[in-house]
Amino acid sequence: MNILTYLIPISLVLGGFGLLFFVFTLRTNQYDDPEGDAQRILSDEWDDKPKP
Amino acid sequence: MTAAMRPNMSACPACSAAPAAEDLASRAAQKDARLALSLPTIHCAACIAAVERRLAAEPGVISARVNLTLKRATIEASPEVTAEQLVQVLDTIGYEAYELDAGTLSATATDRAGRELLMRLAVAGFASMNVMLLSVAVWAGAADATRDMFHWISAAITLPTVLFSGQPFYRSAWSVLKHGHLNMDVPITLAIVLAVATSLWETSLSGEHAYFDAALTLTFFLLAGRYLDHRTRAIARSAAEELAALEVPRAFVLQDGVEREVPTAELKVGDIILVRPGGRMPVDGEIIEGTSELDRSLLTGESLPVFAEVGQGVSAGEVNLTGPLHIRALAVGEDTSLHRMADLVAIAESGRSKYTSLADAAAKLYAPGVHILSALAFLGWLAYSGDMRVALNIAAAVLIITCPCALGLAVPAVTTAASGRLFRAGMLIKHSTALERMAQVDTVVFDKTGTLTEGTPELTNLADIPADMLSLAAAMAAGSSHPLSRAIALACKQAGVVPEQLSEVTEVPGYGTKALWQGQELRLGRASWLGAKTGSQTSAWLKLGDAAPVAFTFADSLRTGAEQAVKALQASGKMVCLISGDTTDAVEAMAARLGIDNWMAEALPGDKSARIQTMAAEGCKVLMVGDGLNDTAALTAAHVSISPASALDAARVASDIVLLGGDLSPIPAAIETSVSAVKRIKENFRIATLYNIIAVPLAVAGLATPLIAALAMSTSSITVSLNAMRLRG
Repeated sequence: MNILTYLIPISLVLGGFGLLFFVFTLRTNQYDDPEGDAQRILSDEWDDKPKP
Repeated sequence: MTAAMRPNMSACPACSAAPAAEDLASRAAQKDARLALSLPTIHCAACIAAVERRLAAEPGVISARVNLTLKRATIEASPEVTAEQLVQVLDTIGYEAYELDAGTLSATATDRAGRELLMRLAVAGFASMNVMLLSVAVWAGAADATRDMFHWISAAITLPTVLFSGQPFYRSAWSVLKHGHLNMDVPITLAIVLAVATSLWETSLSGEHAYFDAALTLTFFLLAGRYLDHRTRAIARSAAEELAALEVPRAFVLQDGVEREVPTAELKVGDIILVRPGGRMPVDGEIIEGTSELDRSLLTGESLPVFAEVGQGVSAGEVNLTGPLHIRALAVGEDTSLHRMADLVAIAESGRSKYTSLADAAAKLYAPGVHILSALAFLGWLAYSGDMRVALNIAAAVLIITCPCALGLAVPAVTTAASGRLFRAGMLIKHSTALERMAQVDTVVFDKTGTLTEGTPELTNLADIPADMLSLAAAMAAGSSHPLSRAIALACKQAGVVPEQLSEVTEVPGYGTKALWQGQELRLGRASWLGAKTGSQTSAWLKLGDAAPVAFTFADSLRTGAEQAVKALQASGKMVCLISGDTTDAVEAMAARLGIDNWMAEALPGDKSARIQTMAAEGCKVLMVGDGLNDTAALTAAHVSISPASALDAARVASDIVLLGGDLSPIPAAIETSVSAVKRIKENFRIATLYNIIAVPLAVAGLATPLIAALAMSTSSITVSLNAMRLRG
């Protein structure tokens, strides 16, 4: 059962990373236009890098 | 409305940590996003690309970005680019566009309440997944010290999460309890609190059952429902608010002979305002210089322009047609007749018969039922076993199992799917119960001017006019922006008429146009000016020299989809009526053209709403479709109401649903969608009840385990959501 001392913190930390990442996506307005973003994948016009 | 939407800046630690940054960001957005357009007809990647490419190609436009979810484009451009210009540009490539006020826009762009909910949802999701992992280990057979440790870790995760994520429920429950009422949030709060409390107690006594996972999944599912609900409503609300900005945002004030552009909000009584042809009156006032004609169709439903001269009063919302007018402001802002009408509507609104939404009806049955059930279980077990701990555990289990996960999702999941579908069809549901009310509709009442018709005239007697007169008229009409002239010019262009060469074409504001042709005077204008007899139909006259004047008659052109909408509604067994403030002849002709038997002409605003109230008293569920100020009372009186995007602010505020485009054809489909939405909601209630019927006896009998609770909760929530998804498409 000693393995739990590693596994539980690891699972919590990994989950926490996921949460932090979500907070980041929320902060950068990534949920403002879900439908448009889904459609834009099909667009022929793409950029080599993100717009400034 | 904006104020009501704002969340009270609260315990979301992340939000309150950086309010300054958010403020800064929104201010930056306000500066950049100078123009915003509503694009009701866009729907796919090709539309996005076409619109963005065309806008970007326009000189002066720095960048253009389309938001498909909100169906709008934000454009950053140099100051000389105007929204009207971009609207026209988009029109040439086949997209309808309406200007939005970027100021109002930035106020609602960052949806703080939505983000806050999303954050709580994410935290609840994260916590429930972790706790569920631990719980699965317990259910799989972890025992003794291991189980206790797992429970303690679960508790450590659950407590802060429940405190943070559950706040919307606690707040809502507290506010209704204060007033001695019950809503769905009371049993939810009680279930969460009781589940956490008994689980803590059990854990401290090394007990076998802990409901930490249940408390968290409950929060998670309910927050999901809350978020869906919020999202649907926030989109509708912000869009409605921004459309409101279609009202004249700027006016030209004359000060010491100098013309100055000021926002309408800053106008004062006594200001001299210049209203150009084509402009809308920003205030109530009196004409002090100029003659013209006024289009009052939005206020009264009259399709015929009215002559206007010095000394005459004008009301905010009227459109100036031919000559520039100087008006002295007599009432501004909140005091204008436009706003007073809106206030009347607000009063009518408060007296409107309250419709109890299906969710409220369910909650009314449900909330007391659950409390009584779990209290009985508690008392029963206390009497039977005499053990407080057992009794409390069972009472908690009953509350958790009956907790309205599925009920909480049943309505928002369906309304989200249905509103999404209607939004794609070009309709905006403003009111939360509009969908349910629309499902009951059996009578549809249309207004004429501006609703069934475009409000722009169309030449009807082209074939009766001699060819030489036509080419003269075409030349006369070409130079004028009067709606009747434009109708003549359009009809002549379509018929291939070659305009004559004229000289000295001058517009006589308020009367018509005059010119010289081969030495003879030629005049095109209103009957009284040319000595012709005024008929009942909308008409203009053309007079060459001393010859008898030739009549040009007009009818309002039908709005796109009006015919199909009326046909489809009649085919589906609805009674269709036409009530208009216009003249009997015009209304009769329109009714005959559309095959509507039931019509009423020359109706005053009061008549319209009275007629609708009579219908309602006879047991009809009336859907009112109207756009004018004269319709607002009727829109409010009706069971449910729709107004087009071109409608006046007050009419849009009064109506439950706003059509985003100019097309009326989505209305019958919308009624169908609403009927099936209500069907799905009722199905969902039945599904949720079924799960309760199976699980509650187990809980009361003390046989429920956290595993059974988790299974019942998740399966019912998922079934309900999947059932709602069937509405999409």
